Amino acid sequence: MSGQALGLAISVFLACAVEAVEALTIVLAVGTTRSWRSTLIGVAVALLVLAATTALIGPGLTSLPIDTLRLIVGGLLLVFGLQWLRKAILRGAGLRALHDEEKTFREETAAARAAGASREGFDGYSFTIAFKGVLLEGLEVVFIVLTFGANQHRVGLAAAAAAAAVLLVVAAGILVRAPLDKVPENAMKFGVGVMLTSFGIFWGAEGAGAEWPGGDAALLVVIPAVLIFSLGLVRLLRPLVADRAVEA
Amino acid sequence: MTRVRDAVEGVWGFFVGDDWVTAAGVVVALAVTGLVSDDSSAWVVLPLAVGFLLALSIWREARRHRAAEEQSGRLTTMSGP
Repeated sequence: MSGQALGLAISVFLACAVEAVEALTIVLAVGTTRSWRSTLIGVAVALLVLAATTALIGPGLTSLPIDTLRLIVGGLLLVFGLQWLRKAILRGAGLRALHDEEKTFREETAAARAAGASREGFDGYSFTIAFKGVLLEGLEVVFIVLTFGANQHRVGLAAAAAAAAVLLVVAAGILVRAPLDKVPENAMKFGVGVMLTSFGIFWGAEGAGAEWPGGDAALLVVIPAVLIFSLGLVRLLRPLVADRAVEA
Repeated sequence: MTRVRDAVEGVWGFFVGDDWVTAAGVVVALAVTGLVSDDSSAWVVLPLAVGFLLALSIWREARRHRAAEEQSGRLTTMSGP
């Protein structure tokens, strides 16, 4: 497996695992509180919509000329990657609260109870919440799978990495029967942000017509550079938060 | 009409997120790279632009955070003993 393919597999696996953990929390909350049957129908319909989106956009993307594809893919990866990285840096520095699955589970459970008694047979609330949760968390993964996969003509590998992540998270969820609050979500989001941003820089520049010194080997410099720069920003911000904690 | 607006807001939020300056900056940086692509050092533009955009975005968020804290501190002082 080449370095770029390995980067693809790791990025997609991590991104998908993080989103799957968040979707699992919503599904568990609504399933245990109201109706498992309607919740699982919601999950299945959302997965069908995600599969249809992949089937619809995938062939269009792969048929684009390579430079156009790299420009679009690079731009999308940069926009997504910088969003992930920015939030992970702010959480790492203490400027934003860490994502708390246990808290989300409690909030979703309380909302599900407050929505009234679940109906016999089909429960619209369970269906809608599970459908929206899986669809919204999954949509970004679909774009990551498609952009990474199409650019390297390895949509199969990207899809396999995503499926492996979902299976692992679902298996862990079945075993634990509770939200996966021990998963180091922010570290994983940080890693995904670094990878998406690095590949976005690399392919975006290539797509715009620039040539990297050293060709593909430049990625071996870009990835550590993005990582070190991002860690540096966390380190710069931490004293600001600590100072204010002391002042308070 | 509300559904159309919701859909547009959803697409905007999905691609642009809560920081449109960064998204716009990425588009400008890619365009500039394209304009200078004949130069052998054109690859420098995007890494520098991304570093600047990320630092700018973090700085703006930190400043917003500080302003919000100062505001809540002032309110506490005004209502305090």
